[in-house]
Amino acid sequence: MRKSSIFFLYSGVLFLLLALSALDAGIRGDAQAHRLSLMSQQVSELELTDLSLFTEARYTRHLSQADLHSAFQDHPIAFEHFPSGSLVTPPQTQ
Amino acid sequence: MNHFFQKQRYLIDFTLASLKRRPGKNLSLLLVYTMIVFLLASVMLFTHALRTEAGIILQDSPEIILQKMQAGRHALIPAAYLEKIGHIRGVVSKHGRLWGYFYDPAVKSNYTLMVPSERKLKNNEIVIGATIAKTRGLGTGDILAFRSADGRPFSFRVKDILSTESELVSADLILLNESTYRNFFNIQEGYYTDLALSVRNPNELRKIAEKLVVKLPDTRPILREEILRTYDAIFNWRQGIVFVLLSGAVLAFVIFAWDKASGLSAEERKEIGVLKAIGWETSDVLRMKFWEGSIISLSAFLLGYLAAYTHVFYASAALFEPILKGWAVLYPDFHPLPFVDGLQVATLFFFTVFPYTVATIIPIWRAAITDPDTVMR
Repeated sequence: MRKSSIFFLYSGVLFLLLALSALDAGIRGDAQAHRLSLMSQQVSELELTDLSLFTEARYTRHLSQADLHSAFQDHPIAFEHFPSGSLVTPPQTQ
Repeated sequence: MNHFFQKQRYLIDFTLASLKRRPGKNLSLLLVYTMIVFLLASVMLFTHALRTEAGIILQDSPEIILQKMQAGRHALIPAAYLEKIGHIRGVVSKHGRLWGYFYDPAVKSNYTLMVPSERKLKNNEIVIGATIAKTRGLGTGDILAFRSADGRPFSFRVKDILSTESELVSADLILLNESTYRNFFNIQEGYYTDLALSVRNPNELRKIAEKLVVKLPDTRPILREEILRTYDAIFNWRQGIVFVLLSGAVLAFVIFAWDKASGLSAEERKEIGVLKAIGWETSDVLRMKFWEGSIISLSAFLLGYLAAYTHVFYASAALFEPILKGWAVLYPDFHPLPFVDGLQVATLFFFTVFPYTVATIIPIWRAAITDPDTVMR
């Protein structure tokens, strides 16, 4: 087999996988829609305001409810005590 | 037309044979390049998926939260403020929320204790998040014992565990009834953590917030759109560790492309000289090198992107977990929903494939327009 044929085959497979990833995103998105609705329902029922992604400090646990003067919010790239403070911005009030 | 395609196929055949002559160099180049694309694509896919998911979920959060501020900090709000607010046109309902934090020294983690307004619980009954259940090894009916801040022991019975599917919003939640909450935190009747207001017309939110600040100058209203904006800006590329990661990857890529663009190896020069000497046109040499750049950059992009997709959506972005977890003990076991932004993928493609391909062509063009004899010497 010519080298170019192998290359076309290889590229074809990669492009096919790329297309499949887009298809997969659509299918899995639909399949997990109930998970989103469950979370939305819980947010509504319990009146939640934040994701429980960073539980290490009160101002990273509830980013939107944090005091504007919490440590990491002095400056967006200021040195921060907690690691997650360097991943997130202060509450967006403007 | 057919002739054109045949010619390109021969050029690709030749290019692949040429790449095969230096397997170590080219494979390591492909590996580094793929890793840069993998890192950039992983950050891009993960942050976009998380932002989109947060945007959808938090659409149902309270329209206005009213916090009392005291000495620049969030303080408990008196229930009397509900009467002080009085009747503001457009506000459908208003009530106090009770929630707070508790540090559990047994597992060194922070919990969010909350009083649900709709769920009815008996005294000392709790509903816990799935992550707490996993961390503490608890099941329904088990007893969880805490010591309150003033040293009193409390035993709670786990009535239920919140669904594992909602860990992203409930990982560290402990739900309990109002009297248990007040007793545990020693908070008197007549005080709440904050107030939640629901508004009929979302267009009036700002106006209502302005009225609230006028009536109660020591309060801070937090609008739902501000909550959404906070999460929309999460992992913003312009700050923090994301910026460090991106700038590291981009700098590595620049050095890499610069190395390519700044000169050719003696072997490559010799190869161009030989090709010119046996009758190749300058345009053929350029086409051949264009294919070389395209084969490497396209392969790196596709392999890097597919690996990033698998990493983020099938392995729950496992490589990012230590960074996101930080010092926290509780970390939700969540699987980001595959929301992919086509424009972002196209931008990544343009900024990774295009500069490299151009960077390979320029030095070749310089070598290809010189005399073969000079090039070979």
